[in-house]
Amino acid sequence: MLLEIKNLRAKVGANEILKGINLAVGLGEVHAIMGPNGSGKSTLAQVLAGRDVYAVTEGEVTYAGKNLLEMAPEDRAREGVFMAFQYPVEIPGVSNTYFLRAALNAIRKHHGQEELDAMDFLALVRDKMKLLDMDESLMTRPVNEGFSGGEKKRNEIFQMAVLEPKLAILDETDSGLDIDALKIVARGVNAMRSKERSIIVVTHYQRLLNYIVPDFVHVLSNGRIVKSGSKDLALELEQKGYGWLEDAVNATA
Amino acid sequence: MTTAIKEHQDVYLQSFRQLEQRAKAPEWLARLRREAIESFMELGFPTTRNEEWKYTNAAPIARTVFEPAPAVAAAPAVEFMAKSPFAEMDCPRLVFVNGRLAADLSSLDSLAAEVKVMSLGKAIADGSSQVEEHLARYADCAANPFAALNTAFIEDGALIDIPKRLELAKPIYLLYVTLAGPKPTVTHPRNLILIGGESQATVIEGYLGFGDSAYLTNAVTEIAVGENSILEYVKLEGESATAFHTATVKIHQARNASAHATTVALGARLAREDTTAALDGEGGEATLNGIYVLTGEQHVDNHTTLDHARPHCASRELYKGILDGKSTGVFNGKIIVRPDAQKTDSKQSNKNLLLSEEATINTKPQLEIYADDVKCTHGATVGQIDAEALFYLRSRGIGQLEARSLLTAAFANDVLDKIKYSRLRERLKEAVFERLARSA
Ligand SMILES: Nc1ncnc2c1ncn2[C@@H]1O[C@H](COP(=O)(O)OP(=O)(O)OP(=O)(O)O)[C@@H](O)[C@H]1O
Ligand SMILES: [Mg+2]
Repeated sequence: MLLEIKNLRAKVGANEILKGINLAVGLGEVHAIMGPNGSGKSTLAQVLAGRDVYAVTEGEVTYAGKNLLEMAPEDRAREGVFMAFQYPVEIPGVSNTYFLRAALNAIRKHHGQEELDAMDFLALVRDKMKLLDMDESLMTRPVNEGFSGGEKKRNEIFQMAVLEPKLAILDETDSGLDIDALKIVARGVNAMRSKERSIIVVTHYQRLLNYIVPDFVHVLSNGRIVKSGSKDLALELEQKGYGWLEDAVNATA
Repeated sequence: MTTAIKEHQDVYLQSFRQLEQRAKAPEWLARLRREAIESFMELGFPTTRNEEWKYTNAAPIARTVFEPAPAVAAAPAVEFMAKSPFAEMDCPRLVFVNGRLAADLSSLDSLAAEVKVMSLGKAIADGSSQVEEHLARYADCAANPFAALNTAFIEDGALIDIPKRLELAKPIYLLYVTLAGPKPTVTHPRNLILIGGESQATVIEGYLGFGDSAYLTNAVTEIAVGENSILEYVKLEGESATAFHTATVKIHQARNASAHATTVALGARLAREDTTAALDGEGGEATLNGIYVLTGEQHVDNHTTLDHARPHCASRELYKGILDGKSTGVFNGKIIVRPDAQKTDSKQSNKNLLLSEEATINTKPQLEIYADDVKCTHGATVGQIDAEALFYLRSRGIGQLEARSLLTAAFANDVLDKIKYSRLRERLKEAVFERLARSA
């Protein structure tokens, strides 16, 4: 297993959001996590990336044999964890190129690889910019500042393509995209699918899963994974909504 | 209670007498100095009961006995300059070491023949009528004890005299280096910059200091920007951590003159910058920008004044502060709109980033508006590093310290980005970044 989450509980202040998550992701697998608004999907993604506003109160997370929860966010990233933000952050005054090169070099350094200068970096990212239809001008602009919603999401996937993580967690990378943009993003993600890489796709909508076909689908509701299945589960959810699952859980609780 | 400290004034009076004996001065200058020392004796050093000095305690300056800085070999300054943002800057320059012109370190190659860049002391000795006409005409000695003290001790400094209708290709820079000795010393650099009508120039002023003992740099720069001229002025205060720096910069603008000033304060244990742009002709434009980066127990006080005396002038002001450790900062931004100054358009903004819980900033706009048809806005912010931005960078593998200094430097960059001279701009960005990396 690349990632193993056992009985993970996390809260913000006094408010418990994750209430005992269990999930195992094998190397090379693509998992989709679906669920209604506020069910805790982003919280799970952020906890895995190391955001400290969420306090983990119970459970463990093992990533590539290591205790992930003990690692600083930058160390997780250097070890191959990548989370595409649901709401990418704008960083005025820091150019996209500078930022991404600093990130790539930090990761390379961690692995004992030589750092890249501006020229080498540009050569390396050129193809990936094309893959995600990224305009050159987006590279010289400050990170995400003034980007449209779609440009921000493409920028996230572009970063993933450059940083080449082992575990990618994509938090609602499809929301707010029109169909053409969605196809570009899916193309970027699919190009990254490999036996050496696992991907967790968090989404509201079955639509994305037509383009990024998952091996497994999980439903997160009220801080727990209430159902897991194959890609057909997504279709079922599309037809029936989440209500029937929540009702079933409440009935057994 | 008293608003002045007068205990060591006699020391200055004594030095003044020695100066009078030692350095012969033309009658007009002798009178100027005498009036200035009288002003200083009357004013004394301010206490925090003086409204203009409410948040800056000048007592450490008042209570230290500073001797006039001795002449020293200038050679050691070379090494320090090489590590400064002024390294390898291929422009005409005057370098002063401990207040004295160091001819060997200065260079006026590539300077247009019509432009005068020279020692102020020499210009006075030569009987320059320009100097007599302009010197001490702009900086106010009646209210500011430090400007008065500087004027009382006018001996050397720089004269830049640019004639009409000349666009200077290269900036001119003035660099004041203090090599601090075992005892506290003082210098009073004095600069007079005259820009004739329809000309364009960039003038850079730098203050660097080395050594572990206390010293005081008490500078005054007067700049007269002629009709329809354009000035870019950049000042870097990079004094040593044990230094005191007090400076008065007064920019006087004629009709349609445009001045863009940037003050970068990185050094000194205590610095006070009094920076004024006086718009004294119709259609003028003034920009006062500043960036201050403080750590440890540093204190910087920026007192700025945009003085609108004539109609149809515009002014813009952006000061940004980055404060770490137990440092303290002051921004006091005065905008005066005199009765005649209709259609004034003035915008002021002060933004601060506090990197530690123990750092403090006092920020205050001060509007004195005596005309009715004007636009004046001001705003101030105080904030911390954006936690979400920090997490975003870290989640991509960038280490916490690097991420912090990246965000902090980014905060500073929009002030520095407005400096037009690109080489200096990049150097100053590096200097700020290094400074932040050091304090992180
Ligand atoms: N930083 C926070 N502070 C306070 N409450 C939070 C915080 N983050 C999340 N929550 C709360 O936790 C719950 C789960 O939020 P989360 O963002 O994880 O849901 P989600 O499943 O990603 O929802 P969506 O589908 O809308 O993106 C919500 O009730 C939310 O308000
Ligand atoms: Mg979410």
